[in-house]
Order: sequence, then structure tokens, then C-alpha cells
Amino acid sequence: MDKILEVKDLHVNFATYNGTVQAIRGVNFDLAAGETLAIVGESGSGKSITVRSILQLLAKNADINKGTILYHGEDLLKKSKKEMDAIRGNKISMIFQDPMTSLDPTMTIGKQVAEPLLIHNKVSKKEALGRAEEVLRLVGIPNPKERMNDYPHQFSGGQRQRIVIAIAIVDYPEILIADEPTTALDVTVQAQIIDLLKELQQKIGTAIIFITHDLGVVAGIADRVAVMYAGKFVEYGSVDEVFYNPQHPYTWGLLDSMPTLDTSEDDHLNSIPGTPPNLLNPPKGDAFAPRNEYAMQIDLEKQPPFFKVSKTHYAATWLLHPDAPKVTPPKGIQKRFEKFKKLGDK
Amino acid sequence: MAEDKEAIVQVKHLKQYFNIGKPNEVKAVDDVSFDIYKGETFGLVGESGSGKSTTGRSIIRLYDPTSGQILFNGKDISKIKSHGPQMKKFRREMQMIFQDPYASLNPRMKVKDIIAEGLDVHGLVKNDDERDKRVRELLDMVHLNPEHMTRYPYEFSGGQRQRIGIARALAVDPQFIIADEPISALDVSIQAQVVNLMQDIQKEQGLTYMFIAHDLSMVKYISDRIAVMYQGKIVELADADEIYSHPLHPYTKSLLSAIPVPDPEIEKTRQRIDFDHKSSFHKGQKLQEVMPGHFLYCDDTKAATFK
Repeated sequence: MDKILEVKDLHVNFATYNGTVQAIRGVNFDLAAGETLAIVGESGSGKSITVRSILQLLAKNADINKGTILYHGEDLLKKSKKEMDAIRGNKISMIFQDPMTSLDPTMTIGKQVAEPLLIHNKVSKKEALGRAEEVLRLVGIPNPKERMNDYPHQFSGGQRQRIVIAIAIVDYPEILIADEPTTALDVTVQAQIIDLLKELQQKIGTAIIFITHDLGVVAGIADRVAVMYAGKFVEYGSVDEVFYNPQHPYTWGLLDSMPTLDTSEDDHLNSIPGTPPNLLNPPKGDAFAPRNEYAMQIDLEKQPPFFKVSKTHYAATWLLHPDAPKVTPPKGIQKRFEKFKKLGDK
Repeated sequence: MAEDKEAIVQVKHLKQYFNIGKPNEVKAVDDVSFDIYKGETFGLVGESGSGKSTTGRSIIRLYDPTSGQILFNGKDISKIKSHGPQMKKFRREMQMIFQDPYASLNPRMKVKDIIAEGLDVHGLVKNDDERDKRVRELLDMVHLNPEHMTRYPYEFSGGQRQRIGIARALAVDPQFIIADEPISALDVSIQAQVVNLMQDIQKEQGLTYMFIAHDLSMVKYISDRIAVMYQGKIVELADADEIYSHPLHPYTKSLLSAIPVPDPEIEKTRQRIDFDHKSSFHKGQKLQEVMPGHFLYCDDTKAATFK
């Protein structure tokens, strides 16, 4: 498949009063046209920083001190501000988490949706508003013609997120970055927004980078999944590989700490002990080692490289080293392995 | 099974309206009745604006109920005065854990003072040594390092802060705790830690919980019985397993169909059920027991179909 985006060895630091926070510590991934890549991780793992680096929407104290971000082979990090402006909101656009704060409260939604077209395409105002109406209909706003003249406060949270999506897709972007777009929404509304994103993807063929901490949402939307911890990817693969054949103990922990509808109350939930490391002083070895019951001596001393599980599936854990002892993963994960076998047999 | 259990909280026809008589009147809780049994975890689920938090806040008397009764251990507490000895006594028996561990702890107080505030108010400790001893016990109970009692909230992570909130609630030896979305603001790996802790403490102390949440899989895991709220009304109430395996109300069905499951196979085949408000609600409906222990908001004709 065509790789439209390649992120290579990305490092991002933040200068703070307490010192330099190494928020992103060498991230590599690529994105193919039309696919959905989900990046999962806890708050502070660096998932938002990773995607914001692509559009260079980072805070002033951020420093992308290493790496390349190739978009159709051209390094976005070498583009001028003007060149980036032409890409942002046009070729690559973004949806933010909070629909309450990502709209301008003093501007009608029709104008807000039309704005990217007026800026990037130099179309007439009439044309832009016509297109805005079309897109609002596409995202499921009823009576778009009349509602174009309404202000954000006149819409519900779910409708506002639809409007935010309309702004992001009005120019049919090649890449849509969605940063926790459903986290602030109720489950039923969340389901509607996810269905909408899938439908839009089919219609306009955009590739999606979807950021979330909710593995349930990931299972429903992703083609490929990357798991992030303490500024690094620890595992990535196809959605089936990561959910049914996970290899990194952190992925095990994440998958196992969520109750499924058939977890009974008598089983204790498997929780991951402790808290993530402070990235002011990142640990020498595997950042997850102190919370990892399967950790070995080498985990504390040396960062694990990515080991190949399949052509599409990689995990950074010393457990995959040929000399590593065999460990028994948690029960819930063993059940997932069984499912993976069945899928393979099919 | 309902008969042989003793109710600790009985809510009868509770109404909580805001802006009464004004054009923006809100019927946040509109004629809600249910019992919570001693020692159980009662889950209350619903979307934002359904009235689940308001119900919890009315029960603990952060609001004055518009009408209806709230019986706690058989005594009506819905009308006791907000600043009196009765209220003070009641506040000891019922405590609350809040959603946001960042906003619910005073940033200018030391952890030990936050936790001991209830002890001071109720005069439960005689001197500073006793006070410190109790704070240490409580921190130990929620698996925090007692040495950290002189620190301030900002020095703790979200999960740790929620433990402080739990320790504060436990300080006065309550019988009943209302937990309003206690894990929603926490990361997945931390949620399980807090839920496990709450369950362990419940077993040790024989506590009763009301667990308010919108995360349905976690609610099912922790609750014995679950009530589903929609627009100020309870539309369905049953045992946790029953409500998930045999949902009767269309709203419950739609809610269940929307839960994301961390399993791609299930997600690929999932059918979402839409909920039509207009066709589901009309006059003459009330919450009634249609099967043993299973309550449904419906009219008599519908209820008769289950007989």
C-alpha cells in the first residue's frame, strides 16, 4: 500500500522549570492511504504530542529535536510556516477532544465550516457556504440550511462534535487526525460519532489517525493499532494481532484491567500496579519495567528493541528474545490467544 | 430475594426540580423510587443530564428535595434542617466520593488535614497523636504511604488523589458511601486499582455503596443491582446480570448496544440500537415490578404481558 505519511525517530522535548521533559523518545510509524491507525495510551504517554508534531501544533516550550515526518516523501519539519499553513486544515486536518471549546462561540457555524475553504481554496463566499451546507448534511445535522446561521451554544455536545468534524473534512483531507474525539461524549453519542467517522472514511477515502485511551473504541474503528507508553511505542500490529495476540506486558495489563461484560464480580480485576515514570528522568531500561511483574534484570538495564512477531506485528519487550524464559500471561490474555488461533485456522 | 434483605436507603417518589415556576424549570429528578439494601453495591447509570448525580446529591442532602421521602435506616432524612445536630449525625453515616480528584481536594490543605477534617468536625479524636494515628491507619487502608501525610494534593497523581478522597470518606466510619463517577477521570490502568480497593474496603467494613457512572462495563462489574436513568426517571432496575442479559426497556437496550467492547470480532458484528424517545414515553407509565426483582417503566398493559 501507498505510504502517505512516515514518521521516523521522532524525539520531542519540553523545557520546563524543573528541567527537560523527554515526552517523545523515538517514535516510528507510517500511515497508508485510507487506513485507520489507532494510537492507544494513558494520559502523559505522548500520544497527543506525537500527532500534534505532525501539524506542528506544539506549545512554545516544545522542541522537536530529532526525527523526520515525511508527507508524500517531503519532510514537514523542514517546511516554512506558510507552507505548513497550506497543509494544515486542508491536506491534513484535526479534530480535538472537547467540542465545547474547539468552536468559536461568536461565529455562526456556517461561517466556521466554510472558513477552511475560503482560506485555502479562494472560492467565492457563496460557493463555500454551499459546500458547508452540504458537509453539515453529510455529518448529520438536520435542516443544515436553516441551522447554518445558528451559534455553537444552540447545539448539543454530540452535534457540536459533528460540526467540528464537518470543519475538519470540508476540504476532503487526505489525513484526518482525531485526538480523543469521543471521550467527552456519552456512550450512545460516541457510537454515533464513530459510525459517522467510518462512513465518512468510506465516502471520501481519508486516512485516520485515531487517538484514544479506550480500547473498546479502538477495537471498533482501527485497522492497525499502536500502543504507547512513556514516550515510545511498545507494540504495534493489525487490530486482530494486538487484541488477540498481544506480546508486551503493558498491552496485557491494559487489556486485562478492563472488565468485559462477562467478567464476574468474584474475579479481582487485574490492575497494573504503580504509576507511569517521570519523563524528566526517563528510566535507563524498559520504562514499564518497575510496574511489570514479568520484568527481568535486563529490563532495568537496557531498552528492548522491537522484536518481529509477524510481518505486520512488532513488540518491544525482552520477553521475545530467543533466550528469554517462557512466561505464562494472565488468564484473560490466554483466552485472547485461543481466539487468535481460531482466527488463524479460519 | 428482595424480601429477606434489609434496606438501608429507601427513596420514595423523590422529586428534585430547579428554577421552579420559571420558564427554565428543570425536572432533574422526576418521581424516582428505589431501595438500596445493606451491604450491596447499587449502580446508577445514565447519560449526562439524566439526573443520576442529582439523585445522589439529593440523597446525601446537598440539595433540599422538592418532594418525596428519603428514608435512611428507616428515618426520613429528606426534611431535616441543613444546620442542626440531626444533620451532623446523618453526615457521619453517609459520605461521598467525588468524580474529579483534582477539584475535590483543597490544594492549600495538607493531606492529613483533608482526611482529618471529618474527625475534627465530629470530635472523633481527642488529641493530635490520636488524630495522626487515625490518619495513618486510613492512608494505610487505601494503600498510600502514611509518611506522605504532610504533603499537599499536587504532589499526588490522579489515582492517588482519588485514594485520598476515599480515605477522607472513610474517616468518619460511614455505613453508606455515594461514589459519583469515582473513576471516570482516571486512566484505564489506574481505574482497576481504585475499583479493587473500593471492593476490598467494602468487604472489610461491610459498607453499602451507591455507584454512579456512565461506564457500563465497570458498573456491571462492581454492582449487585443496577438502575438505569433517563431524563429524570428510572426506566429499568434489576440485578446486574439480569439487566445485561435481559434488558427490557428500549433505552436500556440502546445503551447496552453502544458499549464499546475491547474485542474486534464483537465490534465488527455489533448492531447499534437507536432509541426513539417519542414512541417510548407516554402517559400512564410508571416503574413497576414485571418479574421478580426486575422493575420496568411501562404502563399496565405492557406490564400484564409479563404475567
